[in-house]
Amino acid sequence: MNSGYTVPAIALVVVTTVLVGAFGLRISRTTSDFYVASRTVGPRLNAAAISGEYLSAASFLGIAGLVLTQGPDTLWYPVGYTAGYLVLLLFVAAPLRRSGAYTLPDFAEARLASRAVRRLAGAFVVGVGWLYLLPQLQGAGLTLAVLTGARDWLGAVIVAVVVTATVAAGGMRSVTFVQAFQYWLKLTALLVPALFLVLAWQSDGGPRHAFTEPAGLREQRAVRVADTLTLRLDRPLTVTVTGTVDGRPHRKAPLTLAPGPHRIHAGTRLTFADGAPVPVPEGSAASDRAREERPLYATYGLIVATFLGTMGLPHVVVRYYTSPHGVAARRATVAVLALVGAFYLLPPVYGALGRLYAPDLALTGNADAAVLVLPDRMIGGLGGDLLGALVAGGAFAAFLSTASGLTMAVAGVLTQDVLPSRGVRHFRHGTVLAMAVPLAASVLVGSLPVADAVGLAFAVSASSFCPLLVLGIWWRRLTPPGAAAGMLAGGGAALAAVTATMAGYPGAGPVHALLAWPAVWSVPLGFLTMILVSLATPGRVPPGTAAILARFHLPEELRAEVTA
Amino acid sequence: MRNGRAGSGRADGGRAGSGEVSGFLAGLCVAVLPLLAAGFWLGRRTARPQSLGGLGTPVEHATFQTLHTASLAAPPLRAGLTEETARKAARRLRSLLGTDALCLTDDTRVLVWDGAGAHHRDGIKDRLANALDTGRGEAFRLACDLPDCPVRWAVVAPLTVDDRVHGALVACAPRESAVLARAAGEVARWVSVQLELADLDRSRTRLIEAEIKALRAQISPHFIYNSLAVIASFVRTDPERARELLLEFADFTRYSFRRHGDFTTLADELHAIEHYLALVRARFGDRLAVTLQIAPEVLPVTLPFLCLQPLVENAVKHGLEGKAGRRHIRITAQDAGAEALVVIEDDGDGMDPGLLRRILAGEAGHSGGIGLSNVDDRLRQVYGDDHGLVIETAPGAGMKITARLPKYQPGVHPAGRLGPE
Repeated sequence: MNSGYTVPAIALVVVTTVLVGAFGLRISRTTSDFYVASRTVGPRLNAAAISGEYLSAASFLGIAGLVLTQGPDTLWYPVGYTAGYLVLLLFVAAPLRRSGAYTLPDFAEARLASRAVRRLAGAFVVGVGWLYLLPQLQGAGLTLAVLTGARDWLGAVIVAVVVTATVAAGGMRSVTFVQAFQYWLKLTALLVPALFLVLAWQSDGGPRHAFTEPAGLREQRAVRVADTLTLRLDRPLTVTVTGTVDGRPHRKAPLTLAPGPHRIHAGTRLTFADGAPVPVPEGSAASDRAREERPLYATYGLIVATFLGTMGLPHVVVRYYTSPHGVAARRATVAVLALVGAFYLLPPVYGALGRLYAPDLALTGNADAAVLVLPDRMIGGLGGDLLGALVAGGAFAAFLSTASGLTMAVAGVLTQDVLPSRGVRHFRHGTVLAMAVPLAASVLVGSLPVADAVGLAFAVSASSFCPLLVLGIWWRRLTPPGAAAGMLAGGGAALAAVTATMAGYPGAGPVHALLAWPAVWSVPLGFLTMILVSLATPGRVPPGTAAILARFHLPEELRAEVTA
Repeated sequence: MRNGRAGSGRADGGRAGSGEVSGFLAGLCVAVLPLLAAGFWLGRRTARPQSLGGLGTPVEHATFQTLHTASLAAPPLRAGLTEETARKAARRLRSLLGTDALCLTDDTRVLVWDGAGAHHRDGIKDRLANALDTGRGEAFRLACDLPDCPVRWAVVAPLTVDDRVHGALVACAPRESAVLARAAGEVARWVSVQLELADLDRSRTRLIEAEIKALRAQISPHFIYNSLAVIASFVRTDPERARELLLEFADFTRYSFRRHGDFTTLADELHAIEHYLALVRARFGDRLAVTLQIAPEVLPVTLPFLCLQPLVENAVKHGLEGKAGRRHIRITAQDAGAEALVVIEDDGDGMDPGLLRRILAGEAGHSGGIGLSNVDDRLRQVYGDDHGLVIETAPGAGMKITARLPKYQPGVHPAGRLGPE
């Protein structure tokens, strides 16, 4: 692919982001314009900011990649990512805003008046933040590698350095504008190429391909297998092989593979005949294997994690503080539902087109790159290059916005609750630490599909913060020991399961599926522990709980009259 | 459509075969980090007593231990004598005295019974009436039906604050002990001192509350007089302008005389400043230019009521009054992570930093400085000592006042109240 357009596009996105962040709010007003200057952030602007921060690499690249490799089952990802805001709207949005909390640890302290629970919540914010940052950096590495042929880690390092520098230097002064700008940039970067791709597909005769069948190649194509993988064939397949298959070396030899499993070694080049069905490799990631074994259970795991996990994402919660009051927070959430919903219509289009035009990506282990390579494959020429550059810019916007939001949230917690004292210098240290850990991890791991890694972060968030927020807002008998025990049991169990999965815990069967998709059991575990321990410690209900809950649920105007 | 583009997307060939190993490494990282954190925390917790134990002779060691236990019991008691604080303090006090059971009461009921023999809790109240009345310690035997009850004898030491009995400390033992009686008396006196300090804290808070009320009232005389004079000057020449100014005046006074809550949002405070500046500009006309730069993200920040308006008033006073020429005031509010950064700048005559320091310390006269020092006091009281005003000034160089307001602070919300609940 021609990197002559890609690199400037990415550089442009980075520079624009930094500039909007630094100068977006240099609006000077005289007193006559006072009202304009001090007008609060409207729900629509705030909604665009929330969406911009939320739509990450998983949304931009990951969903299309999953649809390409695994078909329509994975459409639950965009559904879940969107529906999380519905749950947030119904149960959390307005009371959370009225609590006056800026971060999740703040909420824990405001509701339970306990420093210990605050610290625990802070630890989980850091954990979820790091889990979520990891796929952003991986996605950046993948994008740059696919588009320019750079080394894998280069993109991750670029995003890490840019984000750390801007956040540490306090360059994100007008975060709301930056994030709102990023949302529209991301939407444009997917929408415009999608329109051209659909036109190209129609001019190609609008070929259709049933989702339930394996993806088939439409022309002869050579594929180089990057990682050793196992193919499980249902019917015989004829390919030309240069490399090692089933332990035997071949050189440009036509080979008919019998039905059954075949081991293709790394570096092998397979040339498929025109119209041959592309075999889908057995999932390399643990969660994929679990999904193949127990599709229904995996789907429920995904639904629970994404529906309930959104409310506990540290970078999303922080944006709600900007709403002037509870009602505005609700309005913003409704607008977020519309904006995010509109965005999520697009990645499946790329996934479906990818199954038609780039099914070989499933074999190379680079399915996440489907969005990036489609413009070049389907349109080509200057137009394809320009559209590819647009998509690449949008992808970088996705990494930058989500990564900077997460870094700010994690660095804030590290500065306030972990590092010894507060201050600007310590915030800088916190920023570096917040980014260094996931960067090191991303250089080490490198093989987890982007959307799956994000799914794991959602599972931990759903098991720890969802019980805390929902019970904290709606149940007056919650106690500090109950909240701490629930977060530790639910979130800790989910975190342990995630760790086991990422460490490549070997094996198959029910235990493996339970570990790969923990939300189904860890969320009820968190709720149950929180309720039971709270009921067992009735003496520890914080004093003033009634007043706090009244503050959470009464609209602000009414409250002023009550207290007057 | 382009043909023959063989195998694009092969760029990660360098990683071939390392997937499982690197996955394992990453998992290891995730698993090891919490362990490291837990180890660090445990290390810090256990390190403290050991470092105490390593010092000095056994006698000195015992002294350190006693002082350490006493210092642990002090913080809860500094919040006054309630069931919650008594529960937290009783455990420490009992290990200080080394008795089997320790009980803390206020002047009407038993707050906590720590240690063995909790069945005496209900009966002991009646035996204390005399000690609570007279304020003098006494010792007595405890009658008990249980043959193996470990507490047979109790010593009562009253807790007095300002010569008034607030409660009693009861130490129980298996048999009479003159040493325990003496020790209980000393500990009770130490507890009494802590309670007196708590009382002092409360009166200091009351004093600051009174000062806030004083500040509210204090705005009015000068400002009301000047504003009314300005409005009067417009009544004949420009009745429409006079009417507008009167409405601004009404809005501002309604805000500053409101009674609910000690906190407000930055948006409301800025609105009040807007009304205030409208009235000031009616008086000074073109001589006053004001520039604002407000990040919308920080408008919902909660802050102590009327804590920016005095700073603006100060800037107007130092920048304008008694001098000719045009002056410029600049108000900015920036978003800085978990804090909002508010800066108020004027290009007036400035001030000698030494004099300013004396004013803030409450040593110099009240020549216009009460606003600043009061705002400084209130910010420190609400947000802690590292959130006071930062003022940069020099004679002839203007003045720049910076306030850092945390976006969240426990107990700070609109309609909230200052001071202990």
